[in-house]
Amino acid sequence: MRRFLMKGNDAIGEGAILAGCRHFFGYPITPQSEVAHYLAKRLPEVGGLFMQAESELASINLVFGAACAGARVMTASSSPGVSLMQEGLSFLAGSELPCVLVNIMRGGPGLGNIGPSQGDYFQATRGGGHGDYYTIVLAPNSVQEILDIMKKAFDLSDMYRMPVVVMADGIMGQMMEPVVIDEEKSVEIPPRPWATIGRDYHEDRNEINSLFVVLEEMEEVNLRLLHKYEEIRAKETLCEEYMLNDAEVALVAFGTVSRICRAVVDKAREQGIRAGLIRPITLWPFPYDVISRAAKSAQCLLAVEMNMGQMFEDVEIGAKGRVPVYHYGRLGGMVPLAKDILEELKKVSERGGTGR
Amino acid sequence: MSKVTFREDRCKGCQLCTTACPKKIIVMASSINEMGYHIASVTEQEKCTGCGLCVIMCPDMVIEVERGQAG
Amino acid sequence: MKKITARPYSLRDVPFHYCPGCMHGIAHRLVAEVIDELGVSGRTIGISSVGCSVFAKHYFNVDMIQAAHGRAPAVATGVKRVLPDRVLFTYQGDGDLAAIGIGDFIHTASRGEKITTIFVNNTVYGMTGGQMAPTTLIGQVTKTTPFGRSVEINGNPIRVCELIAPVEGVAYVERVSLHNPKEIIKAKKAIKRAFEMQLNGIGFSLVEALSACPTNLGLSPLEAIKWMEEKMIPFYPLGVYKSPAGVV
Ligand SMILES: Cc1ncc(C[n+]2csc(CCOP(=O)(O)OP(=O)(O)O)c2C)c(N)n1
Ligand code: SF4
Ligand code: SF4
Ligand code: SF4
Repeated sequence: MRRFLMKGNDAIGEGAILAGCRHFFGYPITPQSEVAHYLAKRLPEVGGLFMQAESELASINLVFGAACAGARVMTASSSPGVSLMQEGLSFLAGSELPCVLVNIMRGGPGLGNIGPSQGDYFQATRGGGHGDYYTIVLAPNSVQEILDIMKKAFDLSDMYRMPVVVMADGIMGQMMEPVVIDEEKSVEIPPRPWATIGRDYHEDRNEINSLFVVLEEMEEVNLRLLHKYEEIRAKETLCEEYMLNDAEVALVAFGTVSRICRAVVDKAREQGIRAGLIRPITLWPFPYDVISRAAKSAQCLLAVEMNMGQMFEDVEIGAKGRVPVYHYGRLGGMVPLAKDILEELKKVSERGGTGR
Repeated sequence: MSKVTFREDRCKGCQLCTTACPKKIIVMASSINEMGYHIASVTEQEKCTGCGLCVIMCPDMVIEVERGQAG
Repeated sequence: MKKITARPYSLRDVPFHYCPGCMHGIAHRLVAEVIDELGVSGRTIGISSVGCSVFAKHYFNVDMIQAAHGRAPAVATGVKRVLPDRVLFTYQGDGDLAAIGIGDFIHTASRGEKITTIFVNNTVYGMTGGQMAPTTLIGQVTKTTPFGRSVEINGNPIRVCELIAPVEGVAYVERVSLHNPKEIIKAKKAIKRAFEMQLNGIGFSLVEALSACPTNLGLSPLEAIKWMEEKMIPFYPLGVYKSPAGVV
């Protein structure tokens, strides 16, 4: 066990290394670049490979190749770069290949800015690319959790043979916090009998493919994916609850914003408002059950995000119309302030269940 | 003598083999295979030198040549 | 009696879906023969691209990967970087390599990746029904150049061998043609040399194979051969463009 101070971006890199990832392919973009800088130094130290690609298109397809070869492999980018990767992500999902993609989201649309944002929620939680698929989406909110979630991301991607997306933003990347690393823990990378590593190295002949011209065959693949997604929904949904049991207003927030909201809950309680917090850790699968439960006990829900109301829609789905769902967001790379959220919380708690 | 055989079910009637044969003995038969293509065939088997150029040219690996001792 | 049979071990015994007279079948066979002769079948991984030859993934009796349109070189690099002792080839059409994938192609070549690219140039997009390709000749009629390709509207055809030969990291470049047995024999030698460059760790290797798409040229297979001789080969001269001895 070792204890030290670590930056969020470094934790992404170190977490990957601790998870047994030895291959990184990526293209520079702010605010992701620090992840790349860290791994460019660290990976060779552990016998791994860091390679800068000529674009995000190439990055994700280098990842695709390395995954075909059986490697634990990752890339990291930020919003515009992640957009460029979406075709590749769809191919990874269709070919059922494991890999991890980290998105340090920034302001958008377009080139936007490098400020922190949660504007890629829709893209990430609805598959992102073309076709009928999902990726598992993880949203840590502390440096320790980043470190641990990287391992989880690789494990899940292997277990379900699908890409896993880790979402953060520039604030999380720059955040410096104490972490504990258990270096004794060994990693077990599951065997990959499906990998295309040459006919001599496995039985028969392997083909990695996402083309199914026979419609019935494609449907069979889609159904297999669907069953996989159902299993993930049932088993892998993660959510943290804070002061939720007696809450009259439940905040819903993830990542950076959830840290602020936790402080807001404390403040609100000091002032006599029974607030609580739901923090989805998996954005897909989304913890609809927790929302649903809260919609029975609380008077209203308030989604707080750094976007126009994207997770908000999932909260509405979970609430099933039982109580009003409100949204408060800051946009353009701006971060919601605790005092403004508290203000909003007070407003909605007064309105409560009496409409929107 | 050399012997040329055609895997008729795989022939697509493209005629590329006819251009490859230096002896010009490959012709298209009037018969049609299951895919609906006229199949290639050899009329004067005895003229075949077993050079194998038809095998090299055929895109669909239809042709097999057994090269005889003489010729 | 000596049997001359066509099918190499590295090709599965399944019928090709290609049109009559399409030369993808010939190129497939040559690549498979070379893999057999070099004794690397069990450690070869092929990348099929998006185009008519996407089904190469199904035909080669080696481990195969089907990549996204234009991305075969990146995918091959990903595999090779994880497994440097394996033999990697990409099999790409002109749309895949010279249009949507030219960035991946150039960077893979300039990094000197030890992979071999088989580039089938048939001057059209076959799979999507005969649209203009980057290699479509000036004046050539396609579905998207119904009045013939014009420089003003469509720009000039790209000569891939000439483009890539001077790039450092590139070990071997040759343009061959598949329109008659003599050239096919040469093509096989070129493919073998290209794979040897990879096996000897020298660098990136490319063989451009001129090929006919009779279906989209609107010609019979025999007319297509003539067209290749008269129109295509004069514009795309055959020969070695780069070898370890240097740029030719
Ligand atoms: C991203 C993307 N854009 C477009 C297509 C459609 N498409 C499929 S094959 C093809 C062209 C293939 O032409 P070429 O590489 O010359 O191969 P050929 O079919 O002639 O052998 C195109 C444009 C696609 N599959 N993916
Ligand atoms: S082996 Fe030679 S001579 Fe015989 S049919 Fe074939 S091409 Fe003609
Ligand atoms: S080249 Fe092959 S497919 Fe074409 S006609 Fe001759 S035998 Fe048939
Ligand atoms: S469309 Fe052209 S390239 Fe495609 S299989 Fe037919 S002849 Fe070959």
